[in-house]
Amino acid sequence: MIVDILSWILLLGGGLVGILGGVGLLRFPDFYSRLHAAGMTDTLCALMIIAGLILQAGFSLLSIKLALILLFLLFTSPTASHALARAGLTDGLKPEGEQSSNN
Amino acid sequence: MRYVISLALVMAALWLGLSGLFKPVLLALGVVSIVLTAWLSWRMDVIGVEHNPGLFSWRLPIYWAWLVWQIVLSNIDVARAVFNPRGHIRQRVLRVPARQSRELTRVTYANSITLTPGTVSLRLEGNEILVHALTKAGADGVLSGEMGDRVCWLEGQSK
Repeated sequence: MIVDILSWILLLGGGLVGILGGVGLLRFPDFYSRLHAAGMTDTLCALMIIAGLILQAGFSLLSIKLALILLFLLFTSPTASHALARAGLTDGLKPEGEQSSNN
Repeated sequence: MRYVISLALVMAALWLGLSGLFKPVLLALGVVSIVLTAWLSWRMDVIGVEHNPGLFSWRLPIYWAWLVWQIVLSNIDVARAVFNPRGHIRQRVLRVPARQSRELTRVTYANSITLTPGTVSLRLEGNEILVHALTKAGADGVLSGEMGDRVCWLEGQSK
């Protein structure tokens, strides 16, 4: 019962973080800042949803698979973010506020 | 040879963990695919210190736990920026020193920076990482160098 409640909190929280990331993607001003919003759905959203699913699955082979999915996700998503950011930089898209390093 | 064996052991554990079936046919198939993969990686010359999954040290879980906590904290920071983009966003590009001695750990550091929302590593040049930070808290976090120190500590064991 407690496990069930905890897993639902994690699942709903993960969904909420995903929605927030999507809203941020729309609200943020430029390319680089939107990248950070997408980073939210990559990390905490996936983390909470998979943790919630592991609690639902209990201690079984299924939870090993879920944990592996999380592991691969946490290794590949920064690579994708970095590739995007680097492609933007190489293409000559200047990040905002590059000069103002005093604030 | 040591690396081939550790790779095969990790792959065997992965196979058993994913299938969970112990029928002779499936086990034989597993052995065949493990031998084939190990032979292919040896042929491709991608077996070595940097690709060895047996490199796993006891410091890694501790670092991961700390990293997950950082991910939670920085997610909260970016979520605040979602509610109030104008007030909270202070975009900056920073140069951060990467003092780790090996390339693998420098990449680990750069990837950890990207993994925490609010900071993305743009470029890794020699001993310097170009970082794009979304908020003031994110920029301060990277500049404090705490994560870099932790990665140095992570490196200490597996030298």
